[in-house]
Amino acid sequence: MVGWLFVISLVLALVAVYRPFGDYMYRAINPKRNLRGEQLIYRLVGVDPKAQQTWGVYARSVLAFSAVSILFLYLFLRVQNKLWLALGVPQMNTHVSWNTAVSFVTNTNWQAYAGESALGHLVQMAGLAVQNFVSAGVGIAVAVALIRGFAGRKTETLGNFWVDLTRITLRVLLPICVAATLIFMIAGMVQNLSGGTDVTTLTGATQHITGGPVASQEAIKELGTNGGGFYNVNSAHPFENPTTWTNWLQIFLIFLIPFSLPRVFGRMVGQNRQGYAIVAVMAVLAIASIALTVGFEVHGGGTVPQAVGSAMEGKETRFGIPDSATFAAATTLTSTGAVNSFHDSYTPFGGMMPIVNMMLGEVAPGGVGSGLYGLLILATITVFVAGLMVGRTPEYLGKKIGAREMKLASLYFLVTPALVLIGAAAAFATGNNSTALNTGPHGLSEVLYAFTSAANNNGSAFGGITVNTPWWDTALGLAMLLGRFLPLVLVLALAGSLARQKPTPESEGTLPTHQPLFVGMVVGVTVVLVALTFLPALALGPIAEGLS
Amino acid sequence: MRLPSWLSQHLAALRALLVFTVLLGLAYPLAFVALGRVPGLDGKADGSLITVADKTVGSSLIGQAYTDADGNPIAKYFQSRPSAAGDGYDPTSTSASNLGPNSVVDTLSDNPDDASQSLLTQVCSRSLAIGKLEGVDGSRPFCTSDGVGAVLAVFYRDGLTGPVTRVVSVNQTGTPFLSTYDGVTVEPAKAGEDYQALGGVITPIRGDAPAHPVVPADAVTASASGLDPDISPAYAALQVPRIARERGMTEAAVKALVKDHTSDRALGFLGEPAVNVLELNLALDQAK
Repeated sequence: MVGWLFVISLVLALVAVYRPFGDYMYRAINPKRNLRGEQLIYRLVGVDPKAQQTWGVYARSVLAFSAVSILFLYLFLRVQNKLWLALGVPQMNTHVSWNTAVSFVTNTNWQAYAGESALGHLVQMAGLAVQNFVSAGVGIAVAVALIRGFAGRKTETLGNFWVDLTRITLRVLLPICVAATLIFMIAGMVQNLSGGTDVTTLTGATQHITGGPVASQEAIKELGTNGGGFYNVNSAHPFENPTTWTNWLQIFLIFLIPFSLPRVFGRMVGQNRQGYAIVAVMAVLAIASIALTVGFEVHGGGTVPQAVGSAMEGKETRFGIPDSATFAAATTLTSTGAVNSFHDSYTPFGGMMPIVNMMLGEVAPGGVGSGLYGLLILATITVFVAGLMVGRTPEYLGKKIGAREMKLASLYFLVTPALVLIGAAAAFATGNNSTALNTGPHGLSEVLYAFTSAANNNGSAFGGITVNTPWWDTALGLAMLLGRFLPLVLVLALAGSLARQKPTPESEGTLPTHQPLFVGMVVGVTVVLVALTFLPALALGPIAEGLS
Repeated sequence: MRLPSWLSQHLAALRALLVFTVLLGLAYPLAFVALGRVPGLDGKADGSLITVADKTVGSSLIGQAYTDADGNPIAKYFQSRPSAAGDGYDPTSTSASNLGPNSVVDTLSDNPDDASQSLLTQVCSRSLAIGKLEGVDGSRPFCTSDGVGAVLAVFYRDGLTGPVTRVVSVNQTGTPFLSTYDGVTVEPAKAGEDYQALGGVITPIRGDAPAHPVVPADAVTASASGLDPDISPAYAALQVPRIARERGMTEAAVKALVKDHTSDRALGFLGEPAVNVLELNLALDQAK
């Protein structure tokens, strides 16, 4: 019962902040004037904040920034053992460096390494955590550009990427992280530059208590839906998640921006009710998924949970089962991928839910920015499907959804399933599935989970699979790269083509996109698209396991 | 000189990345490292270390193993949960077991390096050992009385259907836990044989153990971090009589200490009640 109170309290908190925080983000992205710090940054970067970019220039700026980031992070990782605060870690090899650089720049935070033994503090702070901020900023910026596409009237431009990135980082991400870091430090998270302390335990053994700038990284890890843990076991580590209430706060931070961005959408298109419709779709899917995940975990299933009496394997005592399952749902409904318990040891159906959540395309509410643009694409597809049923030219917010728009939206949707299914098939075809710890249907689930997580830029894992081989690092790196930037370019292209249109006035026959009927239709389209795409793969993995 | 636009864009990107690296990658975390030196916060920022008689004995947030060099429990201490972090409670290699819910078949081998236990057998053997240590019934569903997973490979004439032709107890090389199954004599397993690959249907046997075993769930399962500082109040209560006996204390006195080191759910509904094992064991050492 207390597990449901945990969920309900999260829902209430998110409802309470939707308007005030959404309005705050709206003003942060569309301010009256620039802050002095922002002007300084524009001067240092060498951009004119008043310059407007077409979708092509906006996309090239995003890609240039990401390409430079990957290269910089790759080199940083390759030489980190020679730098300050390296703590005597060995050099990171080429394929793990490639995988990690792509992983953090794409907001995936898939980890093919163990933080405590593979990384020094400097690269964690100045390499990985910087990408935690800016990859989140990139996601939100692209979502904002898409909104400008819907809101624009016969314009070629979508705003300025550098300005959006700077404002989102300075006005939204950083202030919340400062507050959250402070709270986390009070709760007991470590924040130091120490290489660790050797202690002599009560039984006379030696234990090495690790250190690091953990609290500051933890804040952006959750807020930016990044998910890359400072230590190997992520938010299960007592230094990353010391108390039952930091666990609540982490889930709240994960959901905060994705669930409030629809408000920004509503404000920018001038109809708050459109924002409510979008957030309603997200909420329906999210609440259903959390309820199922918690229900499956609490009620057991699988031989080992029945022998144990509950699914406590891979879970921490202080969190217990319902709160762990809620975290698992939250981290995969968004593109976070942090974990406070190990999904690999979940009950068969409980462990299927994180995969299903990611397969939903992470739109309920999805990653920061990517969730909103993903859902707006699904809403566009829904408008099109509805238009076909009644034989009218589909319109969304006065913009005609024509052949070009539909091609872009369909391509967007196809990217992820193609990457997941081809990737998983390639792993089996080349025999690389043999690095999975478990065999049979559970082994298939492990492979499927890995590619689903990478292509959706989630980053959580069924930890049993060994992925730091050259094949896995390269393949998953490609899945992350294509899974991030192909959809992102398609979204910007769609935004450009929408912005060019003159909005058509609403008429008698226009499908209202703010009413429960539309909300229900978007939910339906989302579920049907996912079911049609992934059901065969799920049937061979987790479903086969759960029914055997 | 005017640079071509593709180059100027990458140059802006590089400059932006460097600016953000200085601001977000150095200034922001280092400011909080500095804040962590403030008295009151410094203890927590350094890892909540506990010092007894000028010696640092651990962190109140990080669990420890209370076993001797051979891995046997030291009877005067409350025992922690099983750990998959390195050799147990090693903060330099944190890990969970990652074994799945239907990991029930052991790999038996004469060479100990090739052998591995399924999660089910690990649970069964831990339950049996704890039952013995605490003097209670350590039986569990799906476990044999000798503490391995009660699992049969059942061979049917037509693959998945038809009469049973052969039955093997896959996790036992000695006397099987069941003499017959569906009228067929159960054979013990041979090391190195993969009965699943031979066509046997893996069939766990529930047995007649109580649905609510005496040994609590957290006592027989590895935590997520491998560093879990806590055990459940139920597991602490199970250990109280042994601790009282070993230390010559009354059970009431031990129970009082357990209560002192039990944290309830925050706000009444967050997480689960938990007993901090290191703080409790320190309090016991100091009680003498």
